[in-house]
Amino acid sequence: MAGIAVLVFREVLEAALIVSVVFAATRGVPSRTRWVGAGILAGVLGAVGVALSAGLIADAAAGMGPELFNATVLFAAVAMIAWHAIWMATHGREMAMQMQTLGAEVSVGQRPLAALLIVVALAVLREGSEVVLFLFAQAAGGSGWVDVAGGMALGIAGGCATGVALYFGLLRIPIRHFFTVTNWLMLLLAAGMASQAARFLVQADVLPSLGPMVWDSSRVLSDRSILGQTLHALVGYDARPAGIQVLFYIVTGALIAVGMKLWGRPTKGATGKGAPRAA
Amino acid sequence: MNLQVAARLFFVASFFIATEAMAQDAEVKIVIHDHKFEPAEVTVPAGKKVKLVIENQDATAEEFESYELNREKVVPANGRITVFVGPLKPGRYPFFGDFHKDSAKGVLIAQ
Repeated sequence: MAGIAVLVFREVLEAALIVSVVFAATRGVPSRTRWVGAGILAGVLGAVGVALSAGLIADAAAGMGPELFNATVLFAAVAMIAWHAIWMATHGREMAMQMQTLGAEVSVGQRPLAALLIVVALAVLREGSEVVLFLFAQAAGGSGWVDVAGGMALGIAGGCATGVALYFGLLRIPIRHFFTVTNWLMLLLAAGMASQAARFLVQADVLPSLGPMVWDSSRVLSDRSILGQTLHALVGYDARPAGIQVLFYIVTGALIAVGMKLWGRPTKGATGKGAPRAA
Repeated sequence: MNLQVAARLFFVASFFIATEAMAQDAEVKIVIHDHKFEPAEVTVPAGKKVKLVIENQDATAEEFESYELNREKVVPANGRITVFVGPLKPGRYPFFGDFHKDSAKGVLIAQ
């Protein structure tokens, strides 16, 4: 059971961390639980679908179906995060001010919640499909259902608990910095996803690696450690990245940052710190 | 100055692409049977891109994974996958089956 729990935990952890960041970034939206919940549900259904069609995907695109599929899913999530981050850069400051002055988590208007629903769904789908395949394999391989169900429950509970812990950790950030922090977290999340997508495309021989391993920091912080994995999910840490991964990481991060700067000018009247209490 | 940086980046990138394209790919086949890799020890040429073809003869899925190679790919039940790695420096690169870690272990030796 322990082995099953550990694998399920590792997959659930990555998705749970992403969901936590998204949940934090939607602070103040009354309907966010429904949106994020719908994203998780869609992700779980998608994961089962992907797991059931694993054979088909594996044979698609001359055997490179899984890489192209994963890269597409990752790039789609990157695009959604970019859209949200740029939108938030425009409106986040006003929102933080409203929340500060009114002292409550007020409804602060529309946000591209659909974009975040997709980010959540895709994260759950990617990690979840591996869990489903693994559990199929375990069940078919003669593990008792108690072991499978127990391991699954423990793994999911552990992963979700870590996600909840991250969420409450983020809530301790003072409100006037809150959306700046979540927005930068989202930017790093997207950069990390782009780097992972690049790795898949190198694995499929679609992109050149630009150096298969530009550094090896596995002795300092291993990919296998919980911290390494957490940082992998959150900011795209990779102990042995290919050159093109680093390139994708930097370019994606820079593009989103530039987008935030270009379109993210504070609107008139919202001057940030030291602004008057009431309008 | 930006143009210069861009030109330099382009030069470096094309250098990598050229050297990678020049080295011909090597191909290696590994079979998964009874949740074990056969052969469990595979020797590949160093400094060349290597195409790993992994065939799963079991009725359950496996996940080919290696931290050292930074690779991860599901191998469906009775399925076959391809994974490109390298060009590798000489050395040992362990890999394993993430769904059956106790038995599915192997190592790629680049020399």
